[in-house]
Parts: sequence; structure tokens; C-alpha cells
Amino acid sequence: MKLRRIAAFGPAFVVALALLALWEVYVRSGIVTQSVLPSPLAVVQALVDRSDALFAETVQTLLETLLGIVVATVLGLLLALALGLSSLVRQALYPLLVVSQTVPLVALAPLLLIWFGYDIQPKIVLVTLYCFFPITVACADALLSVDPDLIRLLQSMRASNWQILWMVRLPAALPAFFSGLRIAATYSVTGAIVGEYVGAERGLGIYMVKAVNAHATAAVFAAIVITSLLSLFLFVLVSFIERLALPWHQRTLPGRFGQQPERA
Amino acid sequence: MNPGYKLSLRGVTRSFRSGKRTVEVLSSIDMDVRKGAFVTLIGPSGCGKSTLFNIIAGLDVPSSGTVAIDGDAESPRAGRSGYMLQQPLLLPWRTVEENILLGPEVRREARQQAREEARELMKRFGLAEFAQQYPATLSGGMKQRVALLRTVLFNRSFLLLDEPLGALDALTRLSLQMWLLDLWQSFQSSVLFITHDVREALLLSDRIYVLSARPARILRVVDVDLPRPRRQEHLAEARALQLERELLSLLLKEQPV
Repeated sequence: MKLRRIAAFGPAFVVALALLALWEVYVRSGIVTQSVLPSPLAVVQALVDRSDALFAETVQTLLETLLGIVVATVLGLLLALALGLSSLVRQALYPLLVVSQTVPLVALAPLLLIWFGYDIQPKIVLVTLYCFFPITVACADALLSVDPDLIRLLQSMRASNWQILWMVRLPAALPAFFSGLRIAATYSVTGAIVGEYVGAERGLGIYMVKAVNAHATAAVFAAIVITSLLSLFLFVLVSFIERLALPWHQRTLPGRFGQQPERA
Repeated sequence: MNPGYKLSLRGVTRSFRSGKRTVEVLSSIDMDVRKGAFVTLIGPSGCGKSTLFNIIAGLDVPSSGTVAIDGDAESPRAGRSGYMLQQPLLLPWRTVEENILLGPEVRREARQQAREEARELMKRFGLAEFAQQYPATLSGGMKQRVALLRTVLFNRSFLLLDEPLGALDALTRLSLQMWLLDLWQSFQSSVLFITHDVREALLLSDRIYVLSARPARILRVVDVDLPRPRRQEHLAEARALQLERELLSLLLKEQPV
């Protein structure tokens, strides 16, 4: 089972390798210089050479990202509860929430710097802004779309509204919460990088800016690679937590787990 | 009110506003369920049987008339019957055992005692080996058994069962009918049951109320005088066949073409 799931990535892996090889050949043929477009192997070299510095920057970026996700999760859940449980709140806030997503967050980044300074706070705020929306919308929709018959069943047992929330609505919304969190996790690193880009003491974002200014393009690519790996890592982490937290849900995911007949 | 009755309905009507018109769904229903009796409602689809159940379960109020459970027409009715809606409505995040324990949990009863009772029931009614499984892994018939046990553990004295066997294939259905009779006899429950199936009604019931098309009124009350404990063979007897013909012809007249 496990082997087959890994094997499913085979075709994508082959295509990626082929593209990287093409890139390597293209740069080595001398059409562009390494300082304009470093070859993949040069990027790997940069990753090794600068590993100490990159590690320190990565820790900073990861810290900002995780703190932002935590704040976004708490805010998103509270907001989703308010939206999901009160039609008045829903009518008042839902349209505003949607409109808020049309604001280009990149443009907000320098303003946040003015308001909060160069320290970690504006980065956390930016990550939060990137992350809270998918969490909020996924959870609020799930709270609203609970099977009304389930709620009638609990009402016929004379359950209180708190019991209905705790025993039915919240657990029913958990899979959607994790879907939202997975999307948020992939956005989150971008949020931190953008925050650092406009001004920071440390972090992968400001590292990229400095590397660009020094024409150290291989170092820029190295930082980009780490950024992608961070996003991927967070995505996998959320999926892992979800599998631990919702053992009942995997079995019902279509086409991913256990749906195909096991072959001995 | 007669103290021997679990449920008494007198002149129960229900109408809904739909725009400017008023739609009458239930029209002056009188009905009694003796304690320990198995009583079935049978009638055309959409005639208002589920509305009646919602009223008895305390999820809806009648437009006029009285509903008395155990002779009490005043107290709120929610929680005084075990209501099983059409689908099994198991909570997918709870194991079979935790689903069955939903009722005691809502009532905040002592956990350990409820758990022991639930285990006893699961053993007695053939669900013990599934106790720790999630509903997604169960067959339709098994889900229905779990839902029935959950209903019984919530309130064994009075069960409202809204077409609990309707969605099952014929064989599963037969075995669940006998299972349900066994359950009913061991708890001496009073049961009010909805079905579309005349033979099912005859197999299970002491009394059958035949309802008309909407607005529902009672067309006929049939006391089923077949012997107990009931078995499939009883349906082949002359008396059963006569009742079956009678009921079918009544229902066919009510069926919209």
C-alpha cells in the first residue's frame, strides 16, 4: 500500500528530473552565464556552502510562519463559530470578509512595517492575514452544512444547543477545518517571505533581497528551494496531524485510502 | 386519559402557512397506543406521517388537539420517546459503541454504568464484535441495528420508528424484522412504527392505523389478531391474506396516480 502510494509520484518525479537536466544542459552550453541563471547543480552547491547561514534564516522564517498559523487558526475558528452560529453576524461580516480578500496583501506589507516596526510582529500579522480566510470560510461553511436531521435527532433527545454544538456541529466541521488549514499552511510561508522582503533583520525573505543585491543568484535560488520545502513540510505536517486526529475520516476519503481493493 | 395508554392523540391537526394559503397536513387525528403495544401507521407517501412523528417527538407543535404521553399532555415532549428518523444518522466520528452511548451522554448519565449497559445490549443483539468500528465500515443493515439500539438505550419504554427498514434489501429486511420483534419483546416497549409495506405491518403490529392521502386522516383501524410470537409463516394464513387484501385495496385508492 505504502509503496504503491510512493510509486504514484513516479511520473511527476521523472518529469521533474528531465526538466532539471534540460536546465543544467542549457546553462552549461554557455547561452547564459551562471550569474544570470545558475544551474541546478550550482544551486545545490550554494545550499551546501551557505548551509549555516541559510539554517539560521530558515529558523526565523519558520518561527514567524508557525506563530502566524497559530494566530490565524485561533482567530479563524472564533470567526467561523460566530459566522456559523449567528445569521446576524453572518449577514454583517461575510460580505466584508470576501471583500477583504481583494486587498493585495503585498501592498499592505510596507504599511505593516510602519505600524509595527521591523521586528517579528508585522510578519506574524501578514501570515495571519494570508491564512485566516481559508480556515474561516471552510469551517463556517461546514458548521452551516451539518445534516439538519442530525440536529433534529439531538433535539428529540432534548440536547441543549451547547451539546449539539459540541457533539455534532464541531466534530462534523473538523475535516473541513483541516482542509482549510492545509490550504492556509501552503500560503503561510509566502506571507512570511513577503513580510521579510520589505524589511527585516533576519529571515529567508531579507536573505533573498541581500543576495539579489549582491548578484548571488545561486543563493537566491537556494533560498527559494528552502521556501518551497518549508511549504511542503507544513502541508505534510497538517495532513499527518489530520490523520492522527480524525482516524474515522481516512476511510471515507474517496480514492485515496482503502478504496481500491487490496491486492495480496 | 386512560392510564393504560402510552400515547393518546385527540383531534390533532397541523397546518402550515405557504404564502397566503394554508396547507392542512393532519386532519383531526385520534390515536391510542396501549403500553407495550406495537402500533403501525401506514399510508401513502407524503401524507404527513413524519409530521405526526415530529409532533409526538416534541420537534413540532400541533395546530390544535392534545398529545398525551403517559397521560401527561402538559410537559414538553422532547426526550420522552426514542425517535429514530428515516436514515440511521450515525455520527461518523464515533465508534459503534460511542454512537449507542449518545443518548446517555446527552442525558449526562453516569458513564461507566451506561457503557456496561450498552455492552450488554450489543452482546445480546449481535453487535458486540462491531463495538469499536466506525459506521463507515458497516453494512446498511448493521447501521440500522446500531441506530435502533441507540434509540432503545435512549428510551426503551416508547419508540418512534419512522420507516427504519425502508431502505434495506429484502433479505436484510426480513432478518431485521425478526430482530426488531425480539428487541420489542425483551423490552416490552411501546412502539409506533411507520412503513409502506403491508406485509411488514401485518408481521409486526398489534394494531394498524391506515392514513389517507394529505391531509391525513384515519381511514381505518385494524387490530391484527394473528398469534404471538409472530413468524413469517403466519403471513400465509387465510386471516393474514384477507387482511393484506383489505389493506392493499384501501391504500391503492389513496395512492395518487
